Amino acid sequence: MWAERKGKWIRLHDGSFLTETRTGGIYFGIMAGGIYLRHRAAYFGVFTALALIFSYLETLIPFSFGIPGIKLGLANLLTVILLYKRNAREALLLSVVRIVLSGFLFGNLWSILYSLAGGLMSMLVMVFLKRTGKFSIMGVSAAGGVSHNMGQLLVAMAVVETYRVGYYFPVLLIAGLATGLLIGIAANEVFQRVRHI
Amino acid sequence: MKKNDWILIIAVLAAALIFLGIHFMRPSQGDAMAVVTIDGGTFGSWPLSKDHTVEIGDGNRLVIKDGKADMVWADCPDKLCVNQKAISREGESIICLPNKVVVSIVGGEEGEVDSVT
Repeated sequence: MWAERKGKWIRLHDGSFLTETRTGGIYFGIMAGGIYLRHRAAYFGVFTALALIFSYLETLIPFSFGIPGIKLGLANLLTVILLYKRNAREALLLSVVRIVLSGFLFGNLWSILYSLAGGLMSMLVMVFLKRTGKFSIMGVSAAGGVSHNMGQLLVAMAVVETYRVGYYFPVLLIAGLATGLLIGIAANEVFQRVRHI
Repeated sequence: MKKNDWILIIAVLAAALIFLGIHFMRPSQGDAMAVVTIDGGTFGSWPLSKDHTVEIGDGNRLVIKDGKADMVWADCPDKLCVNQKAISREGESIICLPNKVVVSIVGGEEGEVDSVT
């Protein structure tokens, strides 16, 4: 959102000036005569709310691919956006908070466990691939989708105590690739259309 | 999309194809069992290595021949299970919904079914 810093003042993209004071960790900005709250928590809260809405949307409209247990994972769009616009720490925090909250709202303890395994695995891979700088957001997201499914499969194997995953393994690979790629393309489009996130 | 993105995508697709290939190329196991359940309860299990005809209740007839299990007759009107191909690989199944009969192939190790259920 910032365009230019001039001492205590910040000039925004639309030409207006803004200053901020810090009071107990909360930033108050003064802009065009009004006061508004600019704090990381507020920004993060909006993303959490959006992610929860996306999770809820997906329970209403199952983006089914004809295979049981496969879904788009629309809420991960926000994780990817946060990973690129803020940092890995906030993206990871959003991922965990969203999984726990939506798990309590729409799922159960098992779904939280599976989602956490997938979420943490995909964060790990996405952060690593992003750091290398050799992949675009689409590639990073696609790898995230694949590793998400691999993380879930690992937990499922540990829970059921079997190594016979059979044809489900390649199916999960392709499904993760497709959904991750879709999320990456969507995130890329968001960045091109919405400049000030 | 960068060049590395395409390499990543192709690598994952190749891995998936290789695993699919291994799954379908693998010869059906000799010690595999055909496990039959009716309405969730175990009806019995038969090794695929021995030719055998199983009458499942009054409604279905399963024939095990040449290491494959095939539903040859059913009293239901749709005959979906009869039209299914013979099964022989781990994890494959034939399901007759009207009679709640499920025939599935299990790797044959002792206790495998119980550890899963």
